[in-house]
Amino acid sequence: MAAGTAMEPMIRGTAKENAARELELAAEEFSQVVERHRPQIFRFLLASTRDIDLAETLTQECFLKAHRNWASFRGESSAMTWLMRIAINLQKDHWRNRRMQFWRQTQTNSVDMDEAGEWLASGESSVEKQLLAREQVGHVWAAVKGLSERQRTVFLLRYVEEQELSEIARATGLNEGTVKAHLSRAVGKVRAELGGMR
Amino acid sequence: MNFWKKREGEAAGRRLEANTGVGESGDLELEQALENFRMSVHAWSDTAYSRPRTVARVVRHPSWRLAAGWALGCALAVGSVTGALHERNRRQETARIAAARVAEQQRLVREKQGLLREEQARAEEEDLLAKVDSDVSREVPSAMEPLARLMAEDERQ
Repeated sequence: MAAGTAMEPMIRGTAKENAARELELAAEEFSQVVERHRPQIFRFLLASTRDIDLAETLTQECFLKAHRNWASFRGESSAMTWLMRIAINLQKDHWRNRRMQFWRQTQTNSVDMDEAGEWLASGESSVEKQLLAREQVGHVWAAVKGLSERQRTVFLLRYVEEQELSEIARATGLNEGTVKAHLSRAVGKVRAELGGMR
Repeated sequence: MNFWKKREGEAAGRRLEANTGVGESGDLELEQALENFRMSVHAWSDTAYSRPRTVARVVRHPSWRLAAGWALGCALAVGSVTGALHERNRRQETARIAAARVAEQQRLVREKQGLLREEQARAEEEDLLAKVDSDVSREVPSAMEPLARLMAEDERQ
């Protein structure tokens, strides 16, 4: 009995130490996740909004939210899919809260499509190729502008983030068939837009 | 900036084939355009991500200042309301006293007027009675003397 009483503070001390160690490990793990996935989340939000400041803000919010809920992340999906889901919801909430129409309203702060298409430089390609590429990118942006919110999200996840359909389905909360349908329509619109080039 | 990579063809083909009909249709132009788009977004994002950021210093007021501000505001609001109520009551009381005073004065005036009227009426009545007395006590005129005598005799008989 006496021995048990004497052991109690030691056990309590060890439990505290273990909890502190676990917290430290979780923080370390989370900071690694941030470092690994932050550029990708930012890129997706930038492509969705075309607004650098807004993309940065939403990226911050995304990781803040992820940090708060890190303990509840059970690893059923990959951390990237989980983060992307948060980012998609944040972006949706942002526009819904501001009662704005998604794309039209971003035009106030977002860069022009021509400017977005300027980001294509090459030391290897010829001038003609660069011009053609720039023109193509401009047309894809124009097509993306005409997509619905879901189509745009699915399109960007597929062709910018190069995610698999199953991953997109998990991130968007849609089933794979719906993702395929959205993607098909989006690609159809891009194709039609490029058809106008000829 | 080196954003063009040689893996263009095969990577694009792999991505586009996935149930979107891109690969099947053999639409090379579309594949190329999507690949260019992807690289363009990556290039833009990389540049935007690594740009130097300016952080605006946010001046945060300590919470006690906020609390003090609220307290002061509440005190001012309560003070104004209380003052307004007090002033209203005071005005009402003053008006009530003034009205009572006027009513009292009017009552006194009425009383005085009533007394005056009573006195006047009494004086008029007295005058009338005096006149009647004087009229009754006047002597019988001499021209009527024989008739008066006859009447007296008739009474005796």
